[in-house]
Amino acid sequence: MSPHDSSRAGSDSVAVAVRNVTKIFPNGDTPTYALRDVSFEARCGELTMIVGPSGCGKTTLLSVICGTLAIDSGSIEVFGKTLGSMSVSEVTGFRSKNVGFIFQQFNLIPTLTVVENVSIPLILQGWNYRKAEEKAAAILQDVGLGERIRSFPKQLSGGQQQRVAISRALVHDPKLIICDEPTASLDAKTGHHALELLKKSACAPDRCVIVVTHDSRIFSFADWIAEMEDGRVVKSCPASEYQHA
Amino acid sequence: MLRIALLMLFRDRAKYMMLIVGLTFCSLLMTQQASVFCGLMLWTSATVRNIGAKVWVFDAKVEQVNEVIPLREIEVTRVRGVPGVEWAVPLYVGIEQARLSDGSFQNVQLVGLDTATFVGRPMEITKGRIEDLRLPDAVIIDQVGIAKFKSKGIAIDIGTTFEINDKAARVVALCHANRSFLGQPYVYTTYDRALQFSKPQRKMMSCVLVEPKPGVSATELADSISKLPGLKAFERDDLFWNTIWWYIKNTGIPISFGTVVLMGVIVGIAIAGQTFYLFILDNLLYLADLKAMGARMPILAAMVFLQSFSVGFVGFGLGVGLTSIFGYKVLKIEQPPFFMPWQVPAFVAVIIILICCFSAAIGLRQIAKLEPAVVFK
Repeated sequence: MSPHDSSRAGSDSVAVAVRNVTKIFPNGDTPTYALRDVSFEARCGELTMIVGPSGCGKTTLLSVICGTLAIDSGSIEVFGKTLGSMSVSEVTGFRSKNVGFIFQQFNLIPTLTVVENVSIPLILQGWNYRKAEEKAAAILQDVGLGERIRSFPKQLSGGQQQRVAISRALVHDPKLIICDEPTASLDAKTGHHALELLKKSACAPDRCVIVVTHDSRIFSFADWIAEMEDGRVVKSCPASEYQHA
Repeated sequence: MLRIALLMLFRDRAKYMMLIVGLTFCSLLMTQQASVFCGLMLWTSATVRNIGAKVWVFDAKVEQVNEVIPLREIEVTRVRGVPGVEWAVPLYVGIEQARLSDGSFQNVQLVGLDTATFVGRPMEITKGRIEDLRLPDAVIIDQVGIAKFKSKGIAIDIGTTFEINDKAARVVALCHANRSFLGQPYVYTTYDRALQFSKPQRKMMSCVLVEPKPGVSATELADSISKLPGLKAFERDDLFWNTIWWYIKNTGIPISFGTVVLMGVIVGIAIAGQTFYLFILDNLLYLADLKAMGARMPILAAMVFLQSFSVGFVGFGLGVGLTSIFGYKVLKIEQPPFFMPWQVPAFVAVIIILICCFSAAIGLRQIAKLEPAVVFK
């Protein structure tokens, strides 16, 4: 099935368009091709999963989509903006406004409280510290952590930390949510709950969620799945049609 | 983000305390040693400050106040003949040996004042009257003498007698004077009696104290007097600084203190620089997160500099504060020497700022090299 198939669950608007992207990492005399002529699309209103074995280029694709890594050839459009035509500073500003991150290890700053961690994306956008904390507290309330806003990350369980990470990714209402192996540090049950929460809170008609994972237990949460192998997208189809090897 | 930066620093208590302790120690070491050095230099010029005359005339070879070459008394008359001189009086300054009633000895700095005018008299008479210096065998002794004699079991008061070079001296007043470099008590008497107390030499007068006429500057008058063959005149401040510079150039004191100050700088760089670098390394992943989330390099640089300067500010404050407490305590007992002019904390502040800049710069180098994509590794 083509990425442009009209049977897709989300809206017709393309949120992320990756076209013929190649990324090479210099490695002595034999450069490593992390991405080989990759084309890929993710739509608004969908949860798109990029799956595949370790080292296939999933994380590299995620990095180039959010502009934290430059590409060697091809083009990437995110919500109509071509990243390659923007300066580093403009890409940084674009990311600050439009991208929310959920990391594999959650990456919550251990010396900041939960509410302070969640308010960071707002403060980076110039919000007043008090107002940023108010909004962060409200979103933490929504994910069931209203009682723990003054706790430090190490005082929380893995699942609670993941909820904080999801709150931090959503607090500034970004259009694109990037999740890197969101269940890797969680047990099966907690990982399932985290994906439920992500699906419930993050998926919206004007928002695109891209999840990189090799955890086949969570494939069922996806609307669309793109499978990678050896730096290429080898399969891209609705989750309902995807059959894991 | 600056508040976030401070929270990240303050809540990492182990490293925060390490940074504060390192910078406090560094600041304390530099401020305290520099202040003791300044105090010691001030002691070298105690005679200039105690006597206080505007112009001092010495033998032409004299470089500083503690190394006098005696003059003939006729030189007073020659100096009085220089235009612009309001008055000129002789002064005797020399180290003599005092023998106490129990037979023990104490070296004293004997000052012989002009009998008629008492020019150069002690600035503060704490007991008795200066006029009594005209009584037979009369001397005035300072607080250092009282303390030194007391430590030998002799309580000095008005009426106490001792000997200076086997000649009787009787205390008629007590005074407070600036402490001398070698810590010998100042004993004041009249010029004529000082000559009797001291061992006879062909030339006895130490120097001539001069007051310029109204409208004549001390510097101009000193220049005029210096034109007289065999004489050299100093304006008071020139003599003060000449004395200090003589000790700086001709003794190992600056090297000794400079080494300790340098150690303070090295300790500061080593402890603060290394700890701050570790702090940055520990937070590198989170700083990369911030970079990925859209924090630009100037924001991250501001965060790092604020963290560095905040520990520098606290360390500097504590160091200078502890030095001030030290100074307050030692000034009461008048030793070791201590003088903290504003230049000392200013100098230490500059050093601390440099240490903070260095620490922040090595941390920032790591952050600048950081690819935001590392957050996905």
